Amino acid sequence: MSDFSRKLEAEIPALRRYARYLTRDADRADDLVQDSLERAIAKRRLWHNPERLRPWLFALQRNVYLNQLRRQTRRPAEVPMDQVFAESGQGEAQTGQIMAREVLVALDALEPDQREVLVLVAVEGLLYREVATVLGLPAGTVMSRLSRGRAQLRKALAGDSPPATSTLWRVK
Amino acid sequence: MNGQRPPSEQDLQAYVDGWLAPTRQAAVEAYLAEHPEEAARIQDYRMQSAAVRTAMRGAESAAVPERLLRATHSGAATGRATWLTRAAAAVLLLAVGFGGGWSLNEILNEFGGERVAGQAAEGDLPRLAAAAHRVYSAEVRHAVEVRAEEAHLLGWLSKRLGQTLIAPNLDPYGYRLMGGRLLPAASGAAAQLMYEDGTGRRLTIYVQDDPEGTETAFRFAEEGGLGAFYWRDNDMGYALVGPLQRAELLDIAEAVYRQSEK
Repeated sequence: MSDFSRKLEAEIPALRRYARYLTRDADRADDLVQDSLERAIAKRRLWHNPERLRPWLFALQRNVYLNQLRRQTRRPAEVPMDQVFAESGQGEAQTGQIMAREVLVALDALEPDQREVLVLVAVEGLLYREVATVLGLPAGTVMSRLSRGRAQLRKALAGDSPPATSTLWRVK
Repeated sequence: MNGQRPPSEQDLQAYVDGWLAPTRQAAVEAYLAEHPEEAARIQDYRMQSAAVRTAMRGAESAAVPERLLRATHSGAATGRATWLTRAAAAVLLLAVGFGGGWSLNEILNEFGGERVAGQAAEGDLPRLAAAAHRVYSAEVRHAVEVRAEEAHLLGWLSKRLGQTLIAPNLDPYGYRLMGGRLLPAASGAAAQLMYEDGTGRRLTIYVQDDPEGTETAFRFAEEGGLGAFYWRDNDMGYALVGPLQRAELLDIAEAVYRQSEK
């Protein structure tokens, strides 16, 4: 097993998560991940070793997804995030489960551009410049989307539960 | 002045994500200590990130399907490529892709257009191999660095490549090994083996260590009277270059491939 394959394998969970985010369908997500992995193997020479692998893979997966989307005649149904990620956060306390759903609903209400930046930063731990690379955007645009997305999400969550009794912060 | 200026929004975001430069850390913390509203906002953002993370993580790590694990291995996409499928692919490429012939430049452009993040392109292999062929096959006296008669030729090149190098026997095609030389490659070293037939026509095999490469089918490129078949296998990149017609070169490339297979 080559070093590259090992690195690739370690990124599968992140790729699956991002694929779910993109496709909003667990089965389609795994199909997308498989296509992406195969493409990554074929294109491995184009990855710059000192660079982190994850942003490179994400950019690649995103391109594969967008290409597939372009070929489709109909747009896929918009499945809500809380349904797509329903099994996530398992093992959390009951309150955690409920709050996870609340967060996902609030996330869904964001503008897609802001949501994607926020997810890539908060969930996947990408650096701002890496997000810029994945999305093909200037770094300044990434920053402003992140900033606006966070403010928006804060407002949405504050409306749901008054800050003093918020249980959101017990999630972790 | 430095510690006095209020942090930018970018500083605050980076603080939330833990990526603020250590030199700015103290300034941001001092600022937040004096601005409770801002501190509350930043605190909310941090918790919000943690909540999003928890909400989205978890399901994907449970039971990774076998097909995804398999897909991380080279050659998995089409199953283990056999020589037959490889040869068939080569023939197909010849039939459909290279009717008019691709120039090396076109190949470079093709791969260049698909570059995702890097400069190292798949087109480097035939380009470097062809360049080395042009330079050294024209030499009369110094075509090779170490002659085939010298026993250490393959041992030396193998050591420098970090891979066992085999000099294929091309006698059946009328080509005899002259010797080889060590060359710089895109990353690390490459070896060139030179062969000559009875008329003085020369072929070169260019081999480079390529642990990150993936197995490929044969590909063909030609430019200025030179043809090149190139492929990747066993963590090595190979190119066979010579002033031959495709069909003739393909026969020899097959022989090189068969003999180099470990």
